[in-house]
Amino acid sequence: MKKDDAGLVEVEDGVRAITGANTIITSVDKIVNWGRASSLWPMTFGLACCAIEMMAAGAAHLDLDRFGIIFRASPRQSDCMIVAGTVTMKMAPVVRKVYDQMPEPRYVIAMGSCACSGGIFKTYSTVQGVDTFLPVDVYIPGCPPRPEALIDGLLKLQNLIRKEEFSWSRWA
Amino acid sequence: MSGMEVQKIAERLARAFPDAIREVVGFRGQVTVIVDRASILDVLQLLKNEPDLAFSHLADLCGIDLGKTHEPRFGVVYTLYSIQHRHRIRLRAEVPADDCAIDSAGELWEGAAWHERECYDMFGIAFRRHPDLRRVLMPEDWQGHPLRKDYPVEGPAEQWPGYTEVLRKAEEFKKHELRKR
Repeated sequence: MKKDDAGLVEVEDGVRAITGANTIITSVDKIVNWGRASSLWPMTFGLACCAIEMMAAGAAHLDLDRFGIIFRASPRQSDCMIVAGTVTMKMAPVVRKVYDQMPEPRYVIAMGSCACSGGIFKTYSTVQGVDTFLPVDVYIPGCPPRPEALIDGLLKLQNLIRKEEFSWSRWA
Repeated sequence: MSGMEVQKIAERLARAFPDAIREVVGFRGQVTVIVDRASILDVLQLLKNEPDLAFSHLADLCGIDLGKTHEPRFGVVYTLYSIQHRHRIRLRAEVPADDCAIDSAGELWEGAAWHERECYDMFGIAFRRHPDLRRVLMPEDWQGHPLRKDYPVEGPAEQWPGYTEVLRKAEEFKKHELRKR
């Protein structure tokens, strides 16, 4: 192990350990972001066929739990909302209400072509992308996207969270 | 027990209601009986209550819009099935655009009420003596009937106020977001 001048060992980028003392030194950003990124609890908002792929991603074979991602059926205990499927105008007030009930920090994933842009439904009843009324962090195209694509989207969201600065404070 | 041939049922209807049955249309083995809307309940009642017909199940009820050039413009299609005899028949009642209404079949099959609500929602066909004729798919304050042929696919120029409210709220709540995006 290579020690620096202060006698600390860099065990990971930005994380230094005091050997023998069972102690690490790092920034608050690093540790808060680590906590947030490693326990994303998504609010399930399954609206159409995309929800089936979302369920497959959560089930035993692909197992989202190993990323610390556990589906929560309550917006008040969720960090992230996966909008999976076609959002109709009649449904839009409900989607918005659920989002408004989520505590901050909160993230939105638009899963599938319909949630990203309205998809093939350029019609009277369909919202042309949830980003018209929600701040979307990650877009996952596909009709529907395979579970692997959803997992990739969630990992991208984790990377976004890891890059946040001062998100735990009012100076963000 | 196998059911009756649909052609035979149609012929029997034509004998029982010589004035009400307009036409019996056959296309690729499928038979449709065109019925005068004034007698639709009498025809449906006979189909349901005659023991050798016994159409106990209303499999589907839907509307059609044949377009402005066609008179009468609208139609209500009844697809009946007999669970006992395992035979089917399809009826179509013609509904003109200037008096867009027909009697409700709810007193024969209670489930018809739901289909009739959808039919009213999508085509604007009113059902007389319906217990609760409200929209079922579109929001209750929606203007127009989307499955009519003259309804624009991308919707009318004026946006539904419920969605305008969502957009207004989204804009207003932006200032409360902790995280700027």
